[in-house]
Amino acid sequence: MAWFKKTAVTSSDPSKKVKIPEGLWVKCADCKEIVYRKEFEKNLKVCPKCNYHSRIGVKERIALTTDAGSFVEIAVELQSCDPLDFTDTIAYKERILSNQSKAGLKDAVTAGTAAINKNPAVVAVMDFSFMGGSMGSAVGEKMVRAAEAAIEHRLPLIVFTSSGGARMQEGIFSLMQMAKVSAAVGRLKKYPLPYITVLTDPTFGGVSASFAMLGDIIIAEPKSLIGFAGARVIQQTINQQLPDDFQQAEFLLKKGLIDKVVHRKDLKTSIARLIRMLRGAPKNA
Amino acid sequence: MKIYLDFERPIEELELKIEELTQLSGTNGTGLESEITALRQRLQELRKEIFLGLSPWQKCQLARHPERPYTLDYIERITTEFTELHGDRRFADDPAIIAGFGMIDTIPVMIAGHQKGRGTKNRIIRNFGQPHPEGYRKALRIMKLAERFNLPIVTFVDTPGAFPGIGAEERGQSEAIATNLMEIFSIGVPIISIVIGEGGSGGALALSVADRLVMLEHSVYSVISPEGCTAILWSSGKVLNQDDYARAASALKMTAADLMAFNIIDAVIEEPQGGAHRDPAESAANVKRYILREIEKLRGIPVEQLIETRHQKFRNIGVYAENAGQVS
Ligand SMILES: [Zn+2]
Repeated sequence: MAWFKKTAVTSSDPSKKVKIPEGLWVKCADCKEIVYRKEFEKNLKVCPKCNYHSRIGVKERIALTTDAGSFVEIAVELQSCDPLDFTDTIAYKERILSNQSKAGLKDAVTAGTAAINKNPAVVAVMDFSFMGGSMGSAVGEKMVRAAEAAIEHRLPLIVFTSSGGARMQEGIFSLMQMAKVSAAVGRLKKYPLPYITVLTDPTFGGVSASFAMLGDIIIAEPKSLIGFAGARVIQQTINQQLPDDFQQAEFLLKKGLIDKVVHRKDLKTSIARLIRMLRGAPKNA
Repeated sequence: MKIYLDFERPIEELELKIEELTQLSGTNGTGLESEITALRQRLQELRKEIFLGLSPWQKCQLARHPERPYTLDYIERITTEFTELHGDRRFADDPAIIAGFGMIDTIPVMIAGHQKGRGTKNRIIRNFGQPHPEGYRKALRIMKLAERFNLPIVTFVDTPGAFPGIGAEERGQSEAIATNLMEIFSIGVPIISIVIGEGGSGGALALSVADRLVMLEHSVYSVISPEGCTAILWSSGKVLNQDDYARAASALKMTAADLMAFNIIDAVIEEPQGGAHRDPAESAANVKRYILREIEKLRGIPVEQLIETRHQKFRNIGVYAENAGQVS
């Protein structure tokens, strides 16, 4: 499921996508233009030349999307174990530790309650810098806790995805998280509580084929790559030229697979509006 | 002409020898019988020996054995009056997934399963058992039909994975798999899922949400194939070989015994000596016995309890730590 190359899956270094040289300039990972850093950051790390939305971390995402000081994290200590006793080029246990210290996170998703333009919600944010946002048991469990918290407090659930897919190092346990989280989302929907997913670059494999694509409303950031299998695997399998915009957010919009493509600066307003409307009016007597 | 995998060669040699001697004794009726009996005995022991010592990578090859019984082979042997149904009512019929109704003894059941083809032409028609979104949508449509008429559901899992292609992406491969995962949790009839060969990733999982998830003795189930895993984690540009795949197959812990030890599957169904492909009838009989026994148990459970138990079964899968300390 994790179709990304080694460099993408295991890298916790955001400079893989956006090279940030020391100093004043940033090179866009998409159009390769050199952009003035201050302008880039003022523009919420969106390329002013081509509108590519570069990857951002949990803290930035929470600051952008939720009311200041409203985020209260849940399941803070959840972290991965090593049920397979797995070693690739290094032991998985070591990989977890090094990712924790590099990313400053326990694992690839952070969840909590928050307010979005004064609308209370449960928010979960994935971070690609932790092992490519891959889903192992800790991610699966935290996503379920987020859904359960939404049910307990009768709140909408808003999820920001960014993931190369399942975490191979946890083998069958990581695969089964897809079913586990999908089941929790199914429960949430029955209440009915709104479930909004925001797909950011990239969203693939086991995350795409479970909770990402189950949103009642699915939003994507412009130019985000979203799909089941990675382009490289597809190309190797079918040996054909892929369309230029293949697996970009705008391609998915055209194919009817997502509801909206929304610029990062407008996400908070868009989400708040949807939450308000989905709360609905009192039922007819 | 039988097909033998590398590790089956000693078995092949012995089988040929027995055949030779049998022909000889048939023509001149000499006293070769005792020798043949002894060789048959030896063959049994040899098979047992070889199959007990199979490595995960060898099991993986066995799970993909071109003569291994597929979904239709089981359907043919365990049901009567099987009636295949087609199409997702949206786009197309996917030949990589079979769905329909049939009788197992006196019980009408719904069956869905991945289908690989045999022979080059059929393999292509069945897309090597790799479904498109419409296959998953067909399976779910007919599973919901089964629910309305209170028929138990049996799924057979046997796929290298969901198909990675342009059309599959355009039509929502991810959405189709995700929707199956979510919706099958609330289907109010007993569901038994049997991994008969290759359990390949999300494309397999989409037919595996069940009250009983079981595997045939020599089947495998994994988040990624050993080849795919090796290419991502170990390749670093060099040409990969069997040893690399063997290492990945072991590391991924993908055999029925592994999944049983992890408490992810509910049972391992025994295969005939030498593997399911050496005696499809016996393998089917084992499968049928298991299905009938478990349907009997599951049918007695009130629907709400059935669904809650299914939910909890998957809710509890996962190994994680929750303390401020280090990784355990
Ligand atoms: Zn750009």
